Amino acid sequence: MASQAGGMEIEQVAHDTPEKIYKEYVEPATGLQPWQARQLAFKLGLDAKQINPAVAFMMGLYKAFIETDSTLMEINPFITTKDGDLLALDCKINFDDNAMFRHKDLKELRDLSEEDPLEVEASKFALNYIKLDGSIACMVNGAGLAMATMDIIQYAGGQAANFLDVGGGANQEQIENAFAILLSDPNVKAIFINIFGGILRVDVLATAVVAAAKKLNVQIPIILRLEGTNVEEGRKILKESGLKFEVGATMKEAADLAVAAAKGGK
Amino acid sequence: MAVLVDQNTRLIVQGITGREGTFHAKGCAEYAKQFGNDLVVGGVTPGKGGTTHEGWPVFNTVEEAVKETGANATMIFVPPPFAADGILEAAGAGVPLIVCITEGIPTLDMVKAWEIVKRSKSRLIGPNCPGVISPGKAKIGIMPGRIHKEGSVGIVSKSGTLTYEAVYQLTTRGIGQSTAIGIGGDPIIGTTHIDALKLLNEDPQTEAIIMIGEIGGSAEEAAAEYIKANVKKPVVGFIAGQTAPPGRRMGHAGAIISGGEGTAASKMAAMSAAGIHVVKSPAEMGEMMAKVLGKA
Repeated sequence: MASQAGGMEIEQVAHDTPEKIYKEYVEPATGLQPWQARQLAFKLGLDAKQINPAVAFMMGLYKAFIETDSTLMEINPFITTKDGDLLALDCKINFDDNAMFRHKDLKELRDLSEEDPLEVEASKFALNYIKLDGSIACMVNGAGLAMATMDIIQYAGGQAANFLDVGGGANQEQIENAFAILLSDPNVKAIFINIFGGILRVDVLATAVVAAAKKLNVQIPIILRLEGTNVEEGRKILKESGLKFEVGATMKEAADLAVAAAKGGK
Repeated sequence: MAVLVDQNTRLIVQGITGREGTFHAKGCAEYAKQFGNDLVVGGVTPGKGGTTHEGWPVFNTVEEAVKETGANATMIFVPPPFAADGILEAAGAGVPLIVCITEGIPTLDMVKAWEIVKRSKSRLIGPNCPGVISPGKAKIGIMPGRIHKEGSVGIVSKSGTLTYEAVYQLTTRGIGQSTAIGIGGDPIIGTTHIDALKLLNEDPQTEAIIMIGEIGGSAEEAAAEYIKANVKKPVVGFIAGQTAPPGRRMGHAGAIISGGEGTAASKMAAMSAAGIHVVKSPAEMGEMMAKVLGKA
């Protein structure tokens, strides 16, 4: 994709005047072809003598994109000097997290000080955590259900403090790690655990939650919605733990309880 | 009827000797066995050909496994660096149905693999998906069989646990499912919302459909257009990520709002305009379906 109308607000350009954005579609088997780069260069209105350097630049850019497993490479601005030379003045690159196993050199460039400290901490434990601004912390298995849990909290009148997918193997250690991360956010007034244990047994999960909460001395209310095998035993374990657990029978009921608990804690 | 997987499915498992592969091969076999169906016929682990694993014959290549067992479907549990190669091997062997469970395959690997698979005779489900289940018949995937009930509602979804949620809400209301298809949350997937909708629309057992999407891309908008033009069966829809912040990847590789596109609001508006019964809360999927079917 290339455009003369670059600079700021390229999304606005794409929306209002899509004809100002020139696109070439790359066949994965053959890669970007010189004619495509040439076509883009001419469309950008470059002079005849600038075409070959522009083609070389674009072919190089494509090669770098493929060889680094990038998901985005954006040159903005790309300028011509008074002498007619082409220069990239800035560049934004996104790499594919899933491909980092074959790019150890790129991995070393990661600057942890540029990232949210809680998100860095979570990534050490393979927890998928994104910090948000609300007061209800969530612990969920599965990305879709984790997003849906944030949604239902808002629907119930509250706001989620985070997105957290603990994945399929929600064992005691993983739950302890998750609790530690959630509790280090000072805005958190309640914790909503929404686990749909397909294969997981609820009694095992409940035991792990109780042990983790006791070990970390969790003081704020914990609201759970647990589904899976042995639900009754799981609830009994929570009830007899002596901790402040509340269990919602459905996702909606649990969300309502979580919102009420977070408001009550103010 | 149901679609994709039924009593005639003969399944091999690529990566059957691994921990996950073993566990879920057993899960699938046990689920189908309840209904008298002999689903899993063998597995593939390169270098372990000629051995048996949990009673199943293991082969070095997919081609050999298909030839010896007559398999017509494969379930892939190969680790991410090698999974795209596993998909290509299955397509090369001409397996009609390839279900790839593996999460975390590099996007560029899938871009290349999909170029080949889409021109092949194979249908790919996933990757990064829970698989497919036709309750009362058989399943290919990691979903918990016990929450399902045979019936008439088809489900198509990008998200695993959210599909279980929808299934559970239906089953607890006495509403069964024809086939639940988890298409996966990656940017490059084989079977899309539209492909799955087409199958369910043509399936006589399916009377209504639940479509679950999430933020990112524009597949749900395209699916809404398709439904408006082609699907006469009632559709209930939900989009996860209504409260997701822009520019952040929400767990699934494809779940990101970028450049103001891929928002839940845009998808929900397109779906409503197509006549889909869109619910705002994930807790209302089952209730809305009950209403639509006149069973509330």
